[in-house]
Amino acid sequence: MNNRLVGWIVALIVLIAVPFVHSDPYHLHLLVLILIWSFAYTSWSIMGRFGLVSLGHGGFMGIGAYVTALLWNHLDISPWIGIPLSMATAGVLALVVAYPCFRFRITGHYFVLVTLALSGIVLQVITATRDYTGGSLGYTPRRAGGIAALQFDDKTTWYLIALAVWLAGLVIWRAIDRGMISRAMEAISEDEDAAAAAGVNVTAEKLKITLISALMTALAGALYCQYQMFISPDTVSGIAVSLQMVFAAIVGGVYVALGPTVGAAITILLAEVLRISFGTGAVGWDNLVYGVLLVLFIIFLPKGILGSVIDRITSPPKKPQRS
Amino acid sequence: MLAVEGLTKRFGGFRAINNVSFRVDRGEILGLIGPNGSGKSTIFNMLSGTLPPTAGSILFDGREIAGLAPHRIIVGGVGRTFQIPRPFHRLSIFENVTLAGFYGQGRHGRAKAEAAAERALAMVGLPADRHASVEGLGAAGLKKLELAKALATGPKLLLADESLGGLDESEMDQAADMLRRIRDELGITIIWVEHIMGVLMRVVDRVMVLDHGEKIAEGLPADVAGDARVIEVYLGTDADASLAAAAAAQARRRIEA
Repeated sequence: MNNRLVGWIVALIVLIAVPFVHSDPYHLHLLVLILIWSFAYTSWSIMGRFGLVSLGHGGFMGIGAYVTALLWNHLDISPWIGIPLSMATAGVLALVVAYPCFRFRITGHYFVLVTLALSGIVLQVITATRDYTGGSLGYTPRRAGGIAALQFDDKTTWYLIALAVWLAGLVIWRAIDRGMISRAMEAISEDEDAAAAAGVNVTAEKLKITLISALMTALAGALYCQYQMFISPDTVSGIAVSLQMVFAAIVGGVYVALGPTVGAAITILLAEVLRISFGTGAVGWDNLVYGVLLVLFIIFLPKGILGSVIDRITSPPKKPQRS
Repeated sequence: MLAVEGLTKRFGGFRAINNVSFRVDRGEILGLIGPNGSGKSTIFNMLSGTLPPTAGSILFDGREIAGLAPHRIIVGGVGRTFQIPRPFHRLSIFENVTLAGFYGQGRHGRAKAEAAAERALAMVGLPADRHASVEGLGAAGLKKLELAKALATGPKLLLADESLGGLDESEMDQAADMLRRIRDELGITIIWVEHIMGVLMRVVDRVMVLDHGEKIAEGLPADVAGDARVIEVYLGTDADASLAAAAAAQARRRIEA
């Protein structure tokens, strides 16, 4: 137990030290992207691991990004206030969509379809209100720089911010994993009537987990916007982003805390490798590769890469103990 | 403790339960019997909130609970088991019961829930090993787990849906004894659903018989077993055996008294 704690502290120190030791901006840029997307994928897994497969998270991410940027550009509201507001917006939307779903027992494929519609609607609203949002051409927050605007030019600051948020995501993941709510959600995903007969308020527990997941995803969207200083419907919202989340989370492993992070590292590096080796000729190829890999993973490696590796490492020593 | 008035459940044009009324007194074991499809489980589902009644009133401790959400009824002091055990396979045995102890008693902390789980597991005779998997349990073990989950929710009234089919005779006797111990030691009032009359008749204080969603008889086991309509419903097959069992039980009671 103590060894584990020491391991975590050493890992944390190493992670914090990275930008001060190795300050190559391109590498730092990749790391920041991996951390932000890891946080987004972790947010998705918080509900996805309990069988609540949402294809609406692209919508939450888009709301986080666009609401923050719109408030800043049009109403001069600092992202420090804008981000909580954007998260609240995503949270309200999540409750409005999820409550009827859970109350009327829309589960499984039907739930996936409802959330898919949510993604589509958010995307349509962004494109349709192009006078404000720039439509599919994208949108840029007004440059001001500084802490009040949450705009920084140096990568080190962003790396540390992304690292802190990513860690917070892991802490939330772990708190849920350790808590009774994860037992309740496991029970609900297996048999809602039996869970209710154990006294679980099925609708409330599902709403809680959905709300946490949506709030976190909106924060990821807002951070992505502040870091990139450019957002477009394709990169932060819509069905493509939702699918990307599902893919990365499943590839990394939704049942282990660091699974989505592994998924983020793999997908972002894959996209970079394709971009560098094939240039603009390979635009969209990563999505093709994702699709094929997703099918293979669901069939052959449902626990994902990290989940399967951990299984391999931990299962052999257990066997002799049992016999 | 429980007063049911005019309980009715319609599924489309089909009346699964038609105007059934009954009472259960504190500390009593009421047997609820009837052939397959007579509406026993439907009554349970309405008492526990799994199904909302079409009409009728269910007063539990003087409070109307008809149509309440199931978790509110469970937290309010009703516990139930399902006819076919519905364990949570992805949780250990201990976690299954702890979950019921935590949520079923209205979330009073994990330590309290685990203590409740340990008591419930001890009562039904399952080990309180934290990691033992549900997969290791047989039919009788799963029934015990089902009962432990219901007990962990801290019920004043236990709805035990125990079709004891699938168990052998000694296991049936054990299950019957366990229900009696739950009543005697924990003071829990019980409604026991069963479609075989034999074992049930030896344990219950009163019996209610359902057929096609209607109450056709109610009373002491010996009287009900001799009722012409009940015999007709059971085609005499179970009734003869039950009659003998009930007579024997009454004789024993007289000796004990």
